[in-house]
Amino acid sequence: MTAIVVDHRKGKAGPGPAEPPPGDDAPLYEARRKIYPQSVSGTYRRVRWIVLLVTLGIYYLLPFVRWNRGPNAPDQAVLIDLPARRFYFFFIEIWPQEIYFFTGLLILAAMALFLMNALAGRVWCGYLCPQTVWTDLFLAIERLCEGDRRERMLRDSHPLNAEGVARKSAKHLLWLITAWWTGGAWVLYFADAPTLVVELATGEAPLIAYGAIATLTFTTYSLAGLMREQVCLYMCPWPRIQAALTDEDALNVTYRVDRGEPRGSLKKAAALRAAGEPAGDCIDCGQCVAVCPTGVDIRDGASLGCIQCGLCIDACDTVMRRVGQPERLIAYDTDLNIQRRLRGEPEQVRLVRPRTILYSAIILLVGGIMVYALAVRSPVGIAVQHDRNPVAVTLSNGDIRNGYALRLVNKAAVETTFLVTVAGPADARLDIVGGTAEAGGAVSVTVGPDQTRELRALVTATPLPGKETSVPVAFRAIDAVTGITATVDDTFRMP
Amino acid sequence: MVDHTGPEIDAATGVSTTGHEWDGIRELNNPLPRWWLWIFYACIVWSVGYWVVYPSWPLVSGYAGGVLGWSSRESVDVALAALQAQRGATLQRLAETPVEQANADPALLAFSQALGRAAFANNCAPCHGAGGGGARGYPNLVDDEWLWGGSLAQIQQTVTHGVRNADPDSRQGEMPAFVRDGLLPAEEVPIVIEYVRQIAGLDVLPDADLAKGKEIFEANCASCHGAEGHGNQELGSPSLVDPIWLYGYDRKDMTETIRNGRGGVMPTWVERLDPTTIKALTIYVHALGGGA
Repeated sequence: MTAIVVDHRKGKAGPGPAEPPPGDDAPLYEARRKIYPQSVSGTYRRVRWIVLLVTLGIYYLLPFVRWNRGPNAPDQAVLIDLPARRFYFFFIEIWPQEIYFFTGLLILAAMALFLMNALAGRVWCGYLCPQTVWTDLFLAIERLCEGDRRERMLRDSHPLNAEGVARKSAKHLLWLITAWWTGGAWVLYFADAPTLVVELATGEAPLIAYGAIATLTFTTYSLAGLMREQVCLYMCPWPRIQAALTDEDALNVTYRVDRGEPRGSLKKAAALRAAGEPAGDCIDCGQCVAVCPTGVDIRDGASLGCIQCGLCIDACDTVMRRVGQPERLIAYDTDLNIQRRLRGEPEQVRLVRPRTILYSAIILLVGGIMVYALAVRSPVGIAVQHDRNPVAVTLSNGDIRNGYALRLVNKAAVETTFLVTVAGPADARLDIVGGTAEAGGAVSVTVGPDQTRELRALVTATPLPGKETSVPVAFRAIDAVTGITATVDDTFRMP
Repeated sequence: MVDHTGPEIDAATGVSTTGHEWDGIRELNNPLPRWWLWIFYACIVWSVGYWVVYPSWPLVSGYAGGVLGWSSRESVDVALAALQAQRGATLQRLAETPVEQANADPALLAFSQALGRAAFANNCAPCHGAGGGGARGYPNLVDDEWLWGGSLAQIQQTVTHGVRNADPDSRQGEMPAFVRDGLLPAEEVPIVIEYVRQIAGLDVLPDADLAKGKEIFEANCASCHGAEGHGNQELGSPSLVDPIWLYGYDRKDMTETIRNGRGGVMPTWVERLDPTTIKALTIYVHALGGGA
């Protein structure tokens, strides 16, 4: 087995089976210890509710937002049109050859993840990750149907009665409906949403839509409902990567050992203090563990299982208020600060550090490049590919001709006529199969709205002087109406 | 294996070991989650389903076919039928449109070029080259010289019935083996070659008897190649005055051509390709560049 120690078994929550006797007689596979997260209220819980509402709201409703693009394009604000190979995002329309914008987005996403991590640890895991958000939603449903932690634990510790069956059935039904809705919203991004909703309801939607919904219903139900923290603990690579990326200045959800230890009940602490001995603020009530969605004990320090959602902060603050102690015994803090306080030095929070500056700079640079690329993006495109076999051919009058596959791109929403010209050898003449010869050696070609057209272009010239074997040649396409021009370079070769 | 009585706890990690040891390296007991094991078993069970529904085990003769009766051949047939259905309307329109009109219709032109490119690669490229550039003895289809004519109708006729084959409608016409068949004395060959080289614009030997050569040319060659050597597409006789040579233009090549004749063969395609594919091929070849 791997040497990574994920010892979430240390946690005290849950009535899981006693630690199995290790050694040759131990089971080879570990039974899951069920976690019963308790409900909690406070700052971070509120933040998570807001993030949940905003992210899920966007996800479920965005396909229905309309965006007028004229008669020849869909009016859905966000649409991945796979058959037509177009991606629409509000005012942006991406063609397949512009997939590098997605590369830019992926770089931005990675750098944003790194920056979040450098500033405040696993912000992604704790608040934004779909696994976290949907698990949170499913936990809320569980709480609605089965009650809070104690009630659920009590029910599971007895044989199921009729009420228990009813409550659990209701929970699974609501889970399935939520999961089905999740899959249903997914497919709406790939077709006109209002039309597809009707088609889905009347059974006329394509089979792949039903298949995708079924698959996503299954994955959402099993990942957010059944597997939950197992995904974070066993399946997700990010905790492993994150541990290697973090540094000692990153704010993490931290149990302030310096203030909390030695922990003990209120009585014990009072007795210790009366005896003139040191006593910590932690009353060892276990609330931080009870509310944890992954079942870790934050007091054991940072661990792979901790998604840093901050719920233990809320739980601990509640307790601290009740016992009349200051809040934030658990807080976003660093181990460095713990040591500084132990040495009697002032705390320091260094958000501006070389790595946060570097990540921000990369984000600004890549974002800037993408904005610039989008801003100067031309509605006209031209590409050319020289014939490879034969590269050149001698004609009956001794002239040389080269063939090219010419591709004209019209990203405008209207049919466009292009005037194509060629510059290269002094007496170069251009022919385009399917084009119309115009004055001045130009050839006009019409390309439909939002389409490309591949044409065979032939360039003829007298043999190059001397021993020249190739000269540069430039194809230029001019939109006859707007005057927008695109050019592309290639070569004209001798046989 | 280490002999031990109780569970051994690894000091560094606090995790128990399995008791297995290799060269001093001991194995920590970090068990896999049980759901992982269940999924593993489920996969094994699932795989048995494959044996039942899909072709699987080899038998003494043949193989277990599976209850679905699936075969890769049938799968290809289905895919091909789907392809035909997808082409459907445009293919039908191409079938019904005469080749000249189809060539002038932008949609059918693009469709034919795509269909023709695939058909060309499958059927024509072995001789004429992937891009139609030809080879020695196999005409270049990209230049503007045509043995049998470069109009759409002429190309269609040539593709349909081929050249010098058993098809009665195939193109006929042959360069005779002048010397081998005793039509021309061997010693006259170098003389006529020098004359042909002169009208073709090639270098000529300084002591060549061009008048005699012209005489021989007019008596033997002009009937097919024309008095001025421009060729005749009715007979498939090439022009001798342009820089395009199917069998080469040095004296050795020309001697061989006159002594033993030439007669390249192109198969008839009417039996192998449907008329619509031939029409698409015609438009594709015409668009390669040489179409007249």
